[in-house]
Amino acid sequence: MWKQTEGSRAVAETVAHCRPEVIAAYPISPQTHIVEELSRLVRSGTLDPCEYVNVESEFAAMSMCIGASAAGARAYTATASQGLLYMVEALYNASGLGLPVVMTVANRAIGAPINIWNDHSDSMSQRDSGWIQLYARDNQEAADLHPQAFRLAEELSLPVMVCMDGFVLTHAWERIDVPDQERVDAFLPPFEPRQVLDPAEPVSIGAMVGPDAFTEVRYLAHAKQTQALEAIPRVSAEFGEVFGRVSGGLVHPYACEDADTVVVSLGSVCGTVCDVVDEMRERGVRIGALAVTSFRPFPLEEVRAVLGGARRVVVLERAFSVGVGGIVSANVRTALSGIRLDGHTVVAGLGGRAITKASLHRLFDDALAGRLGELTFLDLDTGLVERELARMARTRRSGPSAENILRDVGSNR
Amino acid sequence: MSGARQVKFYQVGSLAAGNRLLAPALRSGQADPDRSNALTCGHRACQGCGEALGARYVLDAAQRASGGKVIAVNATGCLEVFSTPYPETSWQLPWLHSLFGNAPAVAAGVAAALRAQGRTDVRVIGQGGDGGTVDIGLGCLSGMFERDDDVLYVCYDNEAYMNTGVQRSGATPPAARTATTQTGAPFGQGKSLPLIAMAHGIPYVATATVAGLRDLEAKVHRAMGMRGARYLHVLVPCPLGWGTASHDTVRVARLAERCGLFPVFEAVDGEVTDVTPIRRRIPVEEYLRPQKRYAHLFEPEVRTDVIARLQRAADRNVARFGLAEEEAP
Ligand code: SF4
Repeated sequence: MWKQTEGSRAVAETVAHCRPEVIAAYPISPQTHIVEELSRLVRSGTLDPCEYVNVESEFAAMSMCIGASAAGARAYTATASQGLLYMVEALYNASGLGLPVVMTVANRAIGAPINIWNDHSDSMSQRDSGWIQLYARDNQEAADLHPQAFRLAEELSLPVMVCMDGFVLTHAWERIDVPDQERVDAFLPPFEPRQVLDPAEPVSIGAMVGPDAFTEVRYLAHAKQTQALEAIPRVSAEFGEVFGRVSGGLVHPYACEDADTVVVSLGSVCGTVCDVVDEMRERGVRIGALAVTSFRPFPLEEVRAVLGGARRVVVLERAFSVGVGGIVSANVRTALSGIRLDGHTVVAGLGGRAITKASLHRLFDDALAGRLGELTFLDLDTGLVERELARMARTRRSGPSAENILRDVGSNR
Repeated sequence: MSGARQVKFYQVGSLAAGNRLLAPALRSGQADPDRSNALTCGHRACQGCGEALGARYVLDAAQRASGGKVIAVNATGCLEVFSTPYPETSWQLPWLHSLFGNAPAVAAGVAAALRAQGRTDVRVIGQGGDGGTVDIGLGCLSGMFERDDDVLYVCYDNEAYMNTGVQRSGATPPAARTATTQTGAPFGQGKSLPLIAMAHGIPYVATATVAGLRDLEAKVHRAMGMRGARYLHVLVPCPLGWGTASHDTVRVARLAERCGLFPVFEAVDGEVTDVTPIRRRIPVEEYLRPQKRYAHLFEPEVRTDVIARLQRAADRNVARFGLAEEEAP
């Protein structure tokens, strides 16, 4: 159903149409509008039967989803940032137990310094948690990815994280075709658990496993993610048949066929990158863009197929691995092993800093002109950083860096 | 319920004979050869483990009270480790272990699922040791209480982290030696989870010990007859951690009751409604002496000052809960 609506509301309504039976909710910005709307939908009886539980922490939220899923119920929660980190232990547990929980992550930076705005530090930190991770490019896709997430999760018995950029998507209003009940029902069959707590057929779930079998059990997690590489495009195609649009899948190349330079990115910035690609193409630059929708599993073959023919790859990342650099880049490099080309990691949009078309134009021009290094922090104010580094070198008790830098920002104005 | 295997009987003599004199409905669930035997033999608990004994009574009673329709959620700890080294399991009922600190939330999740599925006949038990309950799991437990989730949570309290090698927990009593309180746990620290549970105003809170197994069964039955968040705190001596003989587990639990250090009571809606009065009260010293964790109170010299403080704590319990026989309500 087409409507002018907020990203969070579209996601909440779509999730409701997926008929979750247990929703565990703990509020954190910028995820709040999703759980608020779901609360309303359950309270009004629109979503029924469903147990909506206000829990006391994200750790409890994920734990409750674990219990609900093991009891054979379709379970859902949403979180962001610190909340995702607070549930980490349970996150690994859900995937280790093979429980098909679906969770929306309203991507947000991680403190300190505390910051409520968007980047991908939260979900990227959980890339090894065993969850499938899908990144939405826009709100239509954010909504559409949820029925697909439940399909994938339940087919593979693996939890799925749908990542949507906090505020940029969650709080943006636009025209969205919210997947309606009838079509979601046609697309998403009822949950048939692979394992279930049932007094009629008692099983023990979560037994201790020693060195004799641990490797095999863990390998299965990898094998299931490998199966997801086949399932994700198939489910996306089936979604396309029911809903008549392209959403989800592993990767989305844009103007890549003849491109010398390809820009890899995830999430909402993909749209901006495509706009810049269009503008540069008008100038005759052979540039393309590759959106990675499935970051876990990472589609090595598909990425290699798109990038293998390029001369230059720029990976635009909204998070980084402190002490080494790119996270997505490292995965792209694995995909390209044995292929020689110029690779650039660009860390951009941290803590909500806007990634503007002007900055991207400058960046890509630098790349084309051979002026771009291996690791770049887009729009980094080096003056500010150098002042603080000098202060730290000068005095032992230089004080809290964040406050020092903020003071410098203030005095610069 | 799996009744496929005939259970073995270890209990002979007067108790079993006593059971035979009772009407079948009044007999202990354990006297029934067709009992569910939720935690079957072959597990790896230490000889004389109070937790294994307590858990079997609790779960068998719960199964009896619900027609066998019980799902158990277990926190990490001895009970989890000794019962399920892969690929063997001692559990004859549906059982889920997730993490150390989340059993109450996982159990609440199971209960929510059952409610959404309309399966009101299936009941949920959450269980863990004192570390998983009073320390790392307290946040989740408090949330479960506060929401009045339909879960019976059972804490098997052996007063320290036994699974990791006897370190102090928030339930370790003062003066007890653990691997992290070499000279005895400090006074003035620690918490009483039954009182914290009562402060939540939940429908049912009770304490019990493995010395009063019929009382324990009765409390499980009462709890299973109610809905909402219910809490049962069972004292389960640990021969390894307490430094007691394996054949003394029940005796030591009885001494804990009889000296007043472990009050046995029931509370409904946050108010104490019943206590088990102490017949023939004993001085705390009689309870402390057989336990190596208190050996430093008796050697090289008798620490009358510390023992007196513990005695005062027991006296306070007796006064507070009205445990003296003549004061009993
Ligand atoms: S260490 Fe204690 S609680 Fe653990 S199995 Fe042995 S006796 Fe039981």
